[in-house]
Amino acid sequence: MSQSSKYSVETKTRTSSIFGICLILLVILAVFVPALVSRSVLQDLFFILTMLVLAQFWNLLAGYGGLVSVGQQAFVGIGSYIFFGAIILWGVNPVPAVLLGGLAALALAVPIAFFAFRLQGAYFAIGTWVCAEVTRLIVAQWKQVGGGTGTSMPRDARKEMWGSEWIAQVFDVRASAALDILAYWLALVLVVLTIGGIYWLLRTKRGLGLAAVRDNLEAAESVGVGATRMKWVVFLVSAFGTGLTGAIIYLQKARISPDAAFSLVDWTAFVLFIVVIGGIGTIEGPIIGVLVLFTLQSLFADYGTWYLILLGASGIFVMLFAPRGIWGMITDKTGLQLFPIRRRLTISNKNNEKKGNENG
Amino acid sequence: MKLLSLKNVSKNFGALKVTDDVSFTLNEGEALGIIGPNGAGKSTLFNLITGSLNVAAGTIEYDGVDITRSSAAARCLSGIGRSFQIPQPFEKLTVFENLVVAASFGRNLNEAEVTDDCVEILEKTELIGKANAIAGSLSLLERKRLELARAMSTQPKLLLLDEIAGGLTDGECLALVDTIRAIHKDGVSIIWIEHVLHALNSVVERLLVLDFGRVIEQGEPQNVMNSPEVKKIYLGIDI
Repeated sequence: MSQSSKYSVETKTRTSSIFGICLILLVILAVFVPALVSRSVLQDLFFILTMLVLAQFWNLLAGYGGLVSVGQQAFVGIGSYIFFGAIILWGVNPVPAVLLGGLAALALAVPIAFFAFRLQGAYFAIGTWVCAEVTRLIVAQWKQVGGGTGTSMPRDARKEMWGSEWIAQVFDVRASAALDILAYWLALVLVVLTIGGIYWLLRTKRGLGLAAVRDNLEAAESVGVGATRMKWVVFLVSAFGTGLTGAIIYLQKARISPDAAFSLVDWTAFVLFIVVIGGIGTIEGPIIGVLVLFTLQSLFADYGTWYLILLGASGIFVMLFAPRGIWGMITDKTGLQLFPIRRRLTISNKNNEKKGNENG
Repeated sequence: MKLLSLKNVSKNFGALKVTDDVSFTLNEGEALGIIGPNGAGKSTLFNLITGSLNVAAGTIEYDGVDITRSSAAARCLSGIGRSFQIPQPFEKLTVFENLVVAASFGRNLNEAEVTDDCVEILEKTELIGKANAIAGSLSLLERKRLELARAMSTQPKLLLLDEIAGGLTDGECLALVDTIRAIHKDGVSIIWIEHVLHALNSVVERLLVLDFGRVIEQGEPQNVMNSPEVKKIYLGIDI
């Protein structure tokens, strides 16, 4: 931009800068958490982190791309199954096998998108669900990884996992606890990359185009935004991230079955709940949503079906009385933005100098 | 020089022919008005020119290139801009961001490269005071202005305006007409659908009349308005 310009564009706010610093400190602290907390707390944190990644990617799809998929379990499932297949059949070390899980989800997303993109709205949602079910049925035929009953991770693979021996020595824990720590770290890396990556995307020109497509597809195309390509990119990126998460989740569980890995409730319904409760179309929303889900789960999970009814009811409650979620309510009242993406036009240069003089 | 030419363009929704064998040309720098009763197929014709809809038959040529099968985004990049009859802002973005999307994607530039141009358009369309307002919160006049401003941000050679003066008060309408006249003077070719005929006729050099998807009359505004067929269609409407 030229120097003489009266206006400049800003996205940062003061709160967001402070929040950014806090966030970096929090991430550094999180790296050392395994040394400070018990194994069960670590497992809870692992749950929060992995659900957060799934929620961020579903939010990218539905909240920004307008693609309401209820078939994300297809990518968790295929990611975790290729992860297991790579370990059991091809002897790949579990850590790099996670990457193969992600790539498999990416590959599966291409034919799913090819079919599902012909559908709109509710039909798209149903289409993705059907694709997920078909994938589950096919994977259940895969005898080498246990068919319909599933299988466990071989003992050797767990022992030889990159880093696990080092972790066991440094933290002075058994192999199974070392696995939890490794899984936690992988999940932490994934959360940081996911939130960082999505935030970066939304601040670029492409992110602005994505928001335009979300708000009005026809108008977006009329100003030169290639909406179809945008949807493809979002769908493929989300599938890749969801597949990686699936692989990491089953690295920690160390046991897999088609019904669990392709669970609609676990990998799509809960994720949907997180995003809707927290606030769709924001990065902050899923973070709040996952904490709400975790709290409800720790308090009420023992009540079985009643717990699920409670989740559904609270979801409906939020949809009726705060359709933009908890975070939407907070921003409406306070204007707070922790991950600001608004491009604000502000008067700069001369006027700022004047202000400075007055103050000085 | 010819800028846009439609040859035997037809479109049907099921059994209903909404555009029936329409042919016309628009010269560079010309302003053409399109009138006709509700349901005559005016907005559909715009959708066919901008690529929101595909033609069933016929060809559309723009700037010497056949664009009949090009995507809407590609047509925008080649210089066709439009406003919508019912304003279609990007509701959750600010007014400024609405323009930045159009300017950066429509001209294939970086965000930073288009800031100054967007500010200039905001000033011209008197929206600068609303630059950081969420588009969804605007009044009707402001939404209409935003439609025009966003279309201008793509720096079109051909601007399609769809009932941009509809629903405005006389004063608001006059101010908008002044803005459009200024845009036309800068060399932008315009096709303008409008029911507010005095506003339309103060800008355009030629009129085209559509009824039931067919072109029934075209020529100089004065002659067209006086033709018996047009009078018949507009019977009861003050002209």
